[in-house]
Amino acid sequence: MSAPVLDLAVDTPGAERMGFFTDTTVCIGCKACEVACKQWNDLPADGAAWAKGPSTYDHTESLSASTWRHVRFVERLAPSPEDRVAARDILAAGGGGGVPDIPAARGGAAPMPSVEALGGAGAGAGAGEMPDLVSMAERASSGSATNGGPGGDRGGPPNAEGFDVRQAVENMDRWIFMSDVCKHCTNAGCLDACPTGALIRTEFHTVLLQPDVCNGCGYCIPACPFGVVDRDALDGRAGKCTLCYDRLRDGMEPACAKACPTDSIQFGPYDELVDRARGRVIELERRGFDGAYLYGAGDEPGQELAGGLGAFFLFTEPPERFGLPAQAESPIQENVVPATLAAVGAGVVAAAGVAVAFLASGRKP
Amino acid sequence: MAEAHPVGFRWVMKAKERGATIIHVDPRYSRTSAMADMHVPIRAGSDIAFLGGIIRHILETESYFKEYVVNYTNAATIINEDFQGPEELDGYFSGWDSEHQAYDRSSWMYEGVELAESAKMRETATQAFAEKTGAGMKVEHMRSDETLEDPRCVFQVLKRHYARYTPEMVERVTGIPPETFHKVADALIRNSGRERTSALCYAVGWTHHTSGVQIIRASAIMQLLLGNMGRPGGGILALRGHASIQGSTDIPTLYDLLPGYLHMPRTRAEAQSLDKYAGRGRGTRGWWSHFDKYIISLLKAWYGEGATEENEYGFQHLPKISGNHSHFPTMLRALDGALDGLFVMGQNPAVGSQHAGLQRRALAGLKWLVVRDLADLETARFWKDSPEVRSGEMKTEDIQTEVFLMPAASHVEKEGTFTNTQRLLQWHDKALASPGDARSELWFMHHLAKRVKARYEGSTDKKDWPIVNLRWDYPEHGETAEPDAESVLREINGYNIETGELLSGFVDLANDGSTACGAWIYSGSFADGVNQTRRRDAGDLEAPGGWVSPEWGWAWPANRRQLYNRASADPAGNPWSERKKLVWWSEEEEKWTGWDVPDFPATKRPDYRAPDDAEGMDAISGDDPFIMMGDGRAWLYSPSGLLDAPLPTHYEPIESPFTNALYPNVESNPVGLTWKRADNPYNASGDPRYPLVATTFRLTEHHTAGTMSRNLPWLAELQPEMFAEIDPILARERGIEDGGWMTILTERAEIEARASVTDRMRPLRIDGQLSHQVALPWHWGSFATSDAGVTGDATNDLIVLSGDANTSIQESKAFSCDVRPGRRREQSTAKLAGVRETDGKPTSPGRDHIAERPLKA
Repeated sequence: MSAPVLDLAVDTPGAERMGFFTDTTVCIGCKACEVACKQWNDLPADGAAWAKGPSTYDHTESLSASTWRHVRFVERLAPSPEDRVAARDILAAGGGGGVPDIPAARGGAAPMPSVEALGGAGAGAGAGEMPDLVSMAERASSGSATNGGPGGDRGGPPNAEGFDVRQAVENMDRWIFMSDVCKHCTNAGCLDACPTGALIRTEFHTVLLQPDVCNGCGYCIPACPFGVVDRDALDGRAGKCTLCYDRLRDGMEPACAKACPTDSIQFGPYDELVDRARGRVIELERRGFDGAYLYGAGDEPGQELAGGLGAFFLFTEPPERFGLPAQAESPIQENVVPATLAAVGAGVVAAAGVAVAFLASGRKP
Repeated sequence: MAEAHPVGFRWVMKAKERGATIIHVDPRYSRTSAMADMHVPIRAGSDIAFLGGIIRHILETESYFKEYVVNYTNAATIINEDFQGPEELDGYFSGWDSEHQAYDRSSWMYEGVELAESAKMRETATQAFAEKTGAGMKVEHMRSDETLEDPRCVFQVLKRHYARYTPEMVERVTGIPPETFHKVADALIRNSGRERTSALCYAVGWTHHTSGVQIIRASAIMQLLLGNMGRPGGGILALRGHASIQGSTDIPTLYDLLPGYLHMPRTRAEAQSLDKYAGRGRGTRGWWSHFDKYIISLLKAWYGEGATEENEYGFQHLPKISGNHSHFPTMLRALDGALDGLFVMGQNPAVGSQHAGLQRRALAGLKWLVVRDLADLETARFWKDSPEVRSGEMKTEDIQTEVFLMPAASHVEKEGTFTNTQRLLQWHDKALASPGDARSELWFMHHLAKRVKARYEGSTDKKDWPIVNLRWDYPEHGETAEPDAESVLREINGYNIETGELLSGFVDLANDGSTACGAWIYSGSFADGVNQTRRRDAGDLEAPGGWVSPEWGWAWPANRRQLYNRASADPAGNPWSERKKLVWWSEEEEKWTGWDVPDFPATKRPDYRAPDDAEGMDAISGDDPFIMMGDGRAWLYSPSGLLDAPLPTHYEPIESPFTNALYPNVESNPVGLTWKRADNPYNASGDPRYPLVATTFRLTEHHTAGTMSRNLPWLAELQPEMFAEIDPILARERGIEDGGWMTILTERAEIEARASVTDRMRPLRIDGQLSHQVALPWHWGSFATSDAGVTGDATNDLIVLSGDANTSIQESKAFSCDVRPGRRREQSTAKLAGVRETDGKPTSPGRDHIAERPLKA
């Protein structure tokens, strides 16, 4: 499917929609993309600080005004016993939601853990769940093999002598890496919200933020459903991935795509990328690997994320694992446009009503 | 590999896309494991038990590639009747000399083969190639049993040696459960043979052990039994760790090697002449029979007209080694006040070398120190700031070392070649001028040599001969008088001295002084006057054999991409299979042909049988692919050349929480290098104070000792702090919180790190008990060039000075430690403050230091 007609700010003959296809199944988490992007765009470091968060290799934590490619590390760590209790209570009360309904997804690789699985701490019963080694050790020490409470014997250090190392090895699951980036949406919330025209649509159908026009109002920030664009604290202006507009103008590929050693980041004409990505999903299925799906491309019209993402992904986990929403739309498109239409429509109806009333009253002007 | 060689890992990912099975064996579940089909957690330091178990399994199930093994390895050769192994001698091999803590290796030899005198001796360093390859073997009385049944044939000796490496023993020692073990063994067996091949990739996880060379040998035995050597998609790939570290051993910076892996001559009486050194008249077999051509051409390159037949081409003026002059003994010498000066170029021993506290203290013993690097670093600042200065142990005002810090050019600021792990040379041009006074190594050494030569010009003193006669006429260009790197490569390639014509390969080298060559293995890199290393044509990758890409760069030797590729064809010269063809014999053309440059004499017929008294390459038959070996065969059993064993044997690391389950009588490698000094203490096996296995690893985000990465904000922010990875059970036991501080302690020091508590580290069951490993990256040091950089404690402060007997490489991949929550209480190396030991008499620079002698100290 080709992109809907967009309002382009730049007209270059022969230019077509370009995008990113980021295939997380071949990402090795090397972060070359993050560094190549900073180097090409001469962006400052965000500051070296140990990130809060469990045993992670991710210390830059998110996209920002000065981090335009960011590698997420999805660690399949089991929640703590306290978290398990809290989650179990929420589910029992009917809250917490469920697996997001993503049209193109095949149900995701790992459904939400069941209440039973949460109750049996560390049972590793859920498909693909990582074992909670501490809880397993505690269970082993308390002698109970099944659904003992998650608290277990917490009086002293666990006696791990009954601990089944083999089982822990079997239960070890994946460590997943994903290079996050601006999605260059078809319905771009940031572009719709920008009052100054700093954000424009280029001839490559990418969303470009022009820093010399930006007044730092920050309206774009809440308008992005993916949490991409942000304002620089020192500079005051917003910043985000340009899909290396300057490199594209010279016929070159973006810096991140060039640096990626495993071709996880692929760049090219949008339609070609979508075809290639669909083939990749099929290839993975053929190899017996279920659960891969495209996020942001290949969806039915009306079911797309923000009208379809110029930078789309191949995931093997629900999008929430990557900090992304199951549903997304430009807030302006979703709310303002219908509201405006409704208001205009109401105004037309009202005007028509006045006209009718006027004519019906027989009054001569 | 994904973490330390991300670009190289690209090829592993492509293989995976083509259906290859990837198995990752490592104490940590790393970014590589995330991409692998299987991760096998292993106890650091137990690799020989694992590989030995696979070897035993292959032999027991008769899963070896029989035709390959019988024809291409020394499986059938009969061993000396006096040979005995650890099964019979309670952990030792025959010939153990406990007084000298070394082996008399004469009983290890093949039956009926005369052993070179030098091979019987205790040694400290890389063996001469005659010993390593058996080039000097007299084989008239060598016997073999092609049925592989004689109890003294290599095959049967191998079987007996590994008989007790059962899957149950493997589990006891390594923590790998039998089901996992069998999955790995079956995958290897299934993917080896005529139609399929398997490759092993390794790096310092295998070499940084006191039995490092033996670990590699065990992998070689396994690959030979499976028939994977010399075959496409097979082999053993040593993943070198830096852009050109392969080049730095090819054109060596190592004390015991001359360019092209010729060995440094020794002070031994029988090595004191060129004839003896080059093995002339010894009836050498195989390719090393041309040894004299390589050394003479090298001497002509170095000493020019001064090198003549009459003066043995200047051979007598080469430095001779009398013992182990590698990094650690040299630093111990400095520590004991017997070393005047040191050049440290592109290295940061204050952070990057074993027992870093000792390294820093040793620097203070020098009179002068020259440091060349891209930025200021800990090694150049030891006198001003270091854990020892902070603790007050060393006082800046008392340190007498004069330190020169010279700025170095980065790789984009100079031209030259990189030689990568594939032995591939790739030329790179200079892209930028270097700032200020920063200069390339080439510039530095070139101009230093010119000044030294000017100082000694006209001297007739014998000791000055090598400087006076040093041939040093490289053209210079540009404002900074940069020497022309291509002129250096031309000399390395070799040329005819009279005509100046560049040689096309090492077969053109002569032993009569008519040729000069800087490194025989690189000869051909400038063939036809063309810089072959500049080539970047990948060719048609889809064509049959197109994947070899012979016109991309230039590989040594002779642009051969796969060594020993004769083994990719059967004894009759036909490929083992159509799928795995690489080189083969063409009867029509009467020569070897194929996708790669054949690693075999071009016109030697497969059916040629060498007479017993043949010499040189005539002694190699048409079905002996391993042409560098005296018997033309790959060595399952190594009759000479290694100092510690003819067959890899499981020993524990020098420091281990466990005793040797296989040979309780011999804890660790008896020939492993240790320096028993008060300032180099290590704890005994099973010491309860240090019950955890410690290992080290590297991150993608940082590079070695951190000078190139910790100062760069874009990299510093990716991995800002030193951390240690531990499993949740250990964390719970010790009260360590994820993200909080923890302290790691050893006999030498204690360092602090952030705790990374993760299920990616798994406890293993060793000999029935739950064992924990602590994984430590080692990129942090005390100095950064700005606030935007990052600092932290140095892992190397923890580790004892020790080494492999054959290579002197340190054992940093497995040692023992303990951990506790919280930050360290004092400076990291305070434990050994003021502890010194000066062994024996103080030595002057001209005499050997005791640490350098071929004995355990």
